[in-house]
Amino acid sequence: MDTLVVLESSRGSLHRLSKEAIAGAKSLGGTVSVLTIGKDADSIAQELSGVQLDEILIVKNEYVESYNADGYAEIVSQVIQSESPKNIVLGHTYQTRDFVPRVSARLDIPFIPDIISLSESSFVKQVLNAKLNASISSTNDQVILSFQSAAFSDESLEAGGSEVRLLNINLDSTIVRSKSEDPFQEEAGDVDLESAEILVSVGRGIEKEENIPIAFELAKVLNAEVSASRPVVDAGWIDSFRQVGSSGSNVAPKLYFSLGVSGAIQHVVGMKGSKSILAINKDPDAPIFEIADYAVIGDVLEIVPKLIEALENS
Amino acid sequence: MKIAVLVKQVPGSESALPLSPNEKWIDESSVTFVMNPPDNFALEEALLIKEKNGEGEVVVISMGPSRIQKVIREALAKGADRGIQIEESDDIEKDPLTVGKKFASVLKEENFDLVLSGLQSDDTGMGQTGVLIGELLGMSTATLAIKTEVKENKIKVKRELESGWFQWVELPLPASISIQSGLNIPRYPSLKGIMGAKKKEIKEILLSAQNQLSNLQSMDKVSIPQTSKQTEVIEGDTEAIVARIVDVLKKDIKVI
Ligand SMILES: Cc1cc2nc3c(=O)[nH]c(=O)nc-3n(C[C@H](O)[C@H](O)[C@H](O)COP(=O)(O)OP(=O)(O)OC[C@H]3O[C@@H](n4cnc5c(N)ncnc54)[C@H](O)[C@@H]3O)c2cc1C
Ligand SMILES: Nc1ncnc2c1ncn2[C@@H]1O[C@H](COP(=O)(O)O)[C@@H](O)[C@H]1O
Repeated sequence: MDTLVVLESSRGSLHRLSKEAIAGAKSLGGTVSVLTIGKDADSIAQELSGVQLDEILIVKNEYVESYNADGYAEIVSQVIQSESPKNIVLGHTYQTRDFVPRVSARLDIPFIPDIISLSESSFVKQVLNAKLNASISSTNDQVILSFQSAAFSDESLEAGGSEVRLLNINLDSTIVRSKSEDPFQEEAGDVDLESAEILVSVGRGIEKEENIPIAFELAKVLNAEVSASRPVVDAGWIDSFRQVGSSGSNVAPKLYFSLGVSGAIQHVVGMKGSKSILAINKDPDAPIFEIADYAVIGDVLEIVPKLIEALENS
Repeated sequence: MKIAVLVKQVPGSESALPLSPNEKWIDESSVTFVMNPPDNFALEEALLIKEKNGEGEVVVISMGPSRIQKVIREALAKGADRGIQIEESDDIEKDPLTVGKKFASVLKEENFDLVLSGLQSDDTGMGQTGVLIGELLGMSTATLAIKTEVKENKIKVKRELESGWFQWVELPLPASISIQSGLNIPRYPSLKGIMGAKKKEIKEILLSAQNQLSNLQSMDKVSIPQTSKQTEVIEGDTEAIVARIVDVLKKDIKVI
């Protein structure tokens, strides 16, 4: 087996990043098999029945009906040992962050995470808050790779079929030490970021809580909603239901107007679908400018009050 | 309750990041360093757990060259009891498994009940050190913690999942938990804390040569990302910038 893709279930269906991971695995060359675990395994295998794959491996066990780190680390380790794939590939999801390092440590196989692209024999990952890209290579025969959202497109997947094989894995109750409760959602706030036409989005570049009203005033003259990056929410300056990004909302407004947002990937995944992006940042090298249509280089605290004035007068 | 907190020193988000001549990393001489932001939340959580328990020890541990003593001192000033510096040459270790093994060899001696780390470091961003250490030391692990509740021999953790979902997990101690930002409000050091920190111990550990581990992955080169998107750059004096933004909003994007 050349490459094994470990799939993830997202509330019953195949996680979007797992599908992209299959596309990424294909670009490595060689045969690609997939592994699906737990109570959704059959329906996920069904979802992939039209895709050209070597094999679909299925593991079912009472201790991994739903995800838990102990059970998954054990099962994936056992499958790697018995099937000896050269590459083990996953989407870079929260679940991957949670258990894959355990597999890496257990089997002494390097884990190169959060890859954005391939370059010859190395893997490219963002470092230093996306300000630089790093090429990473492995000297080990086997390597674990996880691909960042949108690194590969699942549209390229070839149609075809595959064999399904049920794997027998021994797990006993001593392996699953932690107790996981069911996932839940928290009450949503009273603004609907996802349907806003314009968002004025506040980042840490607003500098202090006392400056937050500037963003709300700008939003008012533009008839916009206010959204924010995570650090601004963490600091308690803006309500958490206004957060955009991987752990907040996914938005695609007509205009995303950001004020002092650096453009970290976890923020960008939640807003890169915006029709127009206008970003103000005083750092000309801020990563947000890589995806902005309009890159305004300057100080938010100087520009925005003047802009509000100009908009009020026009 | 004996708690270890892993605190890394990383370039600040507004620091210059010039490439080093061999383009393998950055030239650190003009970099301004700060405490890795999620580690600050991990430290605060450790201090809160100790205060709530009424007893225990918070040990702050960092690996790197001598410059990292600054963040260890900062953590001691906030209330950590003592520090450990695992010494490293000027070139920071970038293979996460090697980082994990080095930490594990030092932590093993101490028998911690709880190891808290940040979810991800702002420099290399591997997002795996805490979990690697947990596995290497046979501890239970959890990531993306946004709430913790310590009970007798157990810890309950509220984990953040993707897109607004959460989950509670209960783990037996000892456990290694990585902390997501925002779960508390980190304190500032008091003047008394700053004075007191000077007297607290920072143990320097130099891992012996026989402990040299061979790296399984290496960072070969760093480069500045290239963009393909057409971006209009708007700069100049404030008046000109404002005039152009108004124009763009009116004529290009047509939202006013
Ligand atoms: C698992 C995980 C999940 C995450 N989820 C999210 C998420 O859902 N949403 C999210 O946003 N983040 C998330 N993050 C955090 C993310 O990695 C970044 O840390 C965060 O997005 C940075 O926010 P920021 O841009 O506001 O702050 P910073 O990165 O600190 O950037 C501030 C910017 O403001 C600029 N600036 C400073 N002063 C001024 C001024 N006066 N005028 C103009 N510009 C100025 C600076 O040049 C800098 O670019 C997550 C991280 C992890 C690891
Ligand atoms: N050299 C280091 N010194 C101290 N803590 C570290 C170091 N490397 C990693 N960590 C800890 O591990 C976390 C995750 O780091 P990483 O796996 O590099 O993203 C950080 O937030 C720190 O808490």
